[in-house]
Amino acid sequence: MITEFLSTLFSAHLPVLPVLLPLFTAVVLLLMGDGASAADSRQQVRPTKQRLLSMASVVLGAVFAWRLMTDADAGALTVYPLGGWQAPFGIVLVVDRLSAMMLALTWTIAVPVLWYATAHWDGRGRHFHALFHFQLMGLSGAFITGDLFNLFVFFEILLIASYVLLVHGHGAERFKAGVHYVVLNLAASALFLIGLAIIYGLTGTLNMADLALRVAKLDAEEAVLLKIGAMVLLVVFGLKAAIVPLYMWLPGAYAVASAPVAALFAIMTKVGVYSIIRVHVGIFGEGAGHAALVVEPWLLPVALVTSVMGVLGALAAHSLARLAAYLTVASVGLVLASVGLFTTAALSAALYYMVHSTLVVAALFLLVELIASQRGDAKDKLLPAIPVAQPITLGLMTLLAAASVAGLPPLPGFLGKLMILQSASSSSAHIWVWSVVLGAGFLTLIGLARAGSMVFWNVLPAPPSPTAASSPDSPSFNTRTMAATLGLLALGLMLAVGASPMKRYTDAAAAQLADTSAYADAVLGPLGGAAAETTRPYRGGEGEVILPNAGSGSGDKP
Amino acid sequence: MMSLEFLVASGIGFVSATGIYLILRGRTWPVVLGLSLLGYAVNVFIFAMGRLWQDAAPILSAGGRVADPLPQALVLTAIVIGFATTGFVIEMALRSRHETGTDHVDGQEAGKTPETRDRA
Repeated sequence: MITEFLSTLFSAHLPVLPVLLPLFTAVVLLLMGDGASAADSRQQVRPTKQRLLSMASVVLGAVFAWRLMTDADAGALTVYPLGGWQAPFGIVLVVDRLSAMMLALTWTIAVPVLWYATAHWDGRGRHFHALFHFQLMGLSGAFITGDLFNLFVFFEILLIASYVLLVHGHGAERFKAGVHYVVLNLAASALFLIGLAIIYGLTGTLNMADLALRVAKLDAEEAVLLKIGAMVLLVVFGLKAAIVPLYMWLPGAYAVASAPVAALFAIMTKVGVYSIIRVHVGIFGEGAGHAALVVEPWLLPVALVTSVMGVLGALAAHSLARLAAYLTVASVGLVLASVGLFTTAALSAALYYMVHSTLVVAALFLLVELIASQRGDAKDKLLPAIPVAQPITLGLMTLLAAASVAGLPPLPGFLGKLMILQSASSSSAHIWVWSVVLGAGFLTLIGLARAGSMVFWNVLPAPPSPTAASSPDSPSFNTRTMAATLGLLALGLMLAVGASPMKRYTDAAAAQLADTSAYADAVLGPLGGAAAETTRPYRGGEGEVILPNAGSGSGDKP
Repeated sequence: MMSLEFLVASGIGFVSATGIYLILRGRTWPVVLGLSLLGYAVNVFIFAMGRLWQDAAPILSAGGRVADPLPQALVLTAIVIGFATTGFVIEMALRSRHETGTDHVDGQEAGKTPETRDRA
C-alpha cells in the first residue's frame, strides 16, 4: 500500500527530482558546514560526512537522470506543470529526448568528477560540495525547463555557483580570471533579459511551445523586431558556448580553474549549445514564418571560424590546461557547425559529437592535473621537466584521449566527425565543413602530439632519489583520482562500443525536435493554440484588454 | 508635446549608454556601477515591454482596463537576481583587490607585469 503510494508519487514527480535533489542536498550541506571555521579558510579540512552525503546524492541523481532518459527513449514526452498551473499560464518542465540526454550526461560526468574532487580539492576552500550541487541544480533546471524566463533563472543559478567554483582554491590568477568571467556573464545576463523582453513584447508568451506557435503568426514588420530578439539571444548563448568572437574568456578561465571544476565546466559550455538548439532550432526553426531560420546565415560560418580559432589556440598553447581549454572551444565550434546546417541528420550528428566531446574534454582536464602533479615545478607547462612517475599509464590515457579528440578511428571522436561529414555532404556549404573538420582534426593531432612528446619524452634526467616531487603520493595523485579519471575516459570511449544505440537515440531526439506540433500538443495539452489566445492582451495597438464586469462573486476575490 | 513612450525610451537608452561606458572602464568599481546601471535600464525595459498603460488596473480586479501583469512579475525576479549578483560582484572585486594588490580589472596595472605573489 505504502510502497504503491510511494512509487506513484515517485513516477509522478520524477521530472522535478533532478532539480530538487541537488537543491536540498546543497542546503543540508550548508547547514552541516564544512568543518572549517571562517578564520582558516585556506586550511585543509576533511569533511568526511559531507563527502558521503554529497557522493550519495550525486549517485542518486544519476539514477534519476538515467531513469528519465530510459523513459524518454521509450518515446515519452513528459510534461511537469510546476504547482499544477497548466502551460502557457504556468511554468512547465518538459523532458524530451534531448533534455533527458543532456541531463543524463550532466549527472554521469558529475559522479566521477565529484569522486575526483573528494581526493583533496574539496578541502582547499569552503563549501565546495554545496556549490557543486547548486551548479548541478542550475544545469538540470536549464536542461529541462520549458519556459524561456525560467531558463534565464536557471542560467543565473548555475552561473552564481560557477562564479564561486571558478575561484575555488583562491590565488591571484583565479581571481583575475574570475572577475573577467563574472563581469562578462553579468553583461550577458542583461542582454538575455533584453532579448526575452523583446520576444515577450511581441508574442505575449515565454513558454517555448507556445512561442513556436506564436512567432509563425507575426507579420513581416513585427518579425523584424523578433529577429533582433533572436539574434540578441544568439549572442547570449554564444558567450556561454564560447563562439567567435565571444570565446576569449574561456581559455583563461578554464585553465586556472581547479581540475574538477574545469571538468564540470566542460558541460557548462554545452548549456549554451543546448539553448541555441532549443531556441534557434526549436522556436525559430523552419516553421517560424517570417523569422524562420533567422540565425542560419550566421551560425555556420561563426561556428567554423570558432573551430579553427580553437585549434590554432591549442597549437599555440604553452600549458596543458590551456590546450585542453582551447580543445573545448574547438569542439563547441564543430558541434555548432553541425547544428548550423539545420537538418535533422546534422543535428543528430551534432548531439552524438557533443556527448563524446564533453566526456573526453572533462577527462582531459582531470588527466592534465594528474600529469601536472608529477612534473615538479614545471606543473602543466610545456617545458622539459622531470619525467612523470607512471609514463606508461598516463601516456596511454593521454594517447587515447588525444586520438579521440583528434578523431582517429576506431575511437568515438572519429565516428562523430564522420557523422558530421556525412550529414554535411548534401549541403551547399559542404566544402567548408569538410575542410574545417578535417583540417582541424589534423591540427589537433599535431598540437596534441607536440604536447605529448614534450611531456613524456622531452624530459630532464630523473632526480637521483625518486622520492621528491614526482612521487605518486603527492596530494593530487592517488588511486582515487586515477580511478575517477580512468572512469570518465572509459565512459567517453565506450561511446564507440555503444555507437549504434547512441546514434539511434540522437536520431530520434533530432526527429522529435523537428516535430514541433507534437511538442506543442504535449505541452499545451487540449487547450492548444486557440484557447491560448487569451494570454495575449494586446497586439500592436489594436485593442486592449477590458475585462467584462463580472458578476458579483468574482469581483471580491483577493 | 513629448510622448511618454519617447521619454521612457530615451531614458532607457541614456542609462544603458552610461552603463556600457562604465563597464568598459579599467577599474573594478566603475565596472560594478556600470553593471548596476545596465541592470536598471534592463529592468525598466522589461517593464515597458508590457506597454505603458495609463488608468489601467495593475492586477485583475473587478473589471475594466487592465495592464499586463506578467512583465511586472518578471521584473521583480530580475531585480532580485540583479541585487544578489551586484552584491556578489562587489565582494568579488574586493577579494580580487586583496589577492592581486590592485583594483584594475586585469589584476595588474596597465603596462606592468603581474605580481606573482600567490600561485596556488
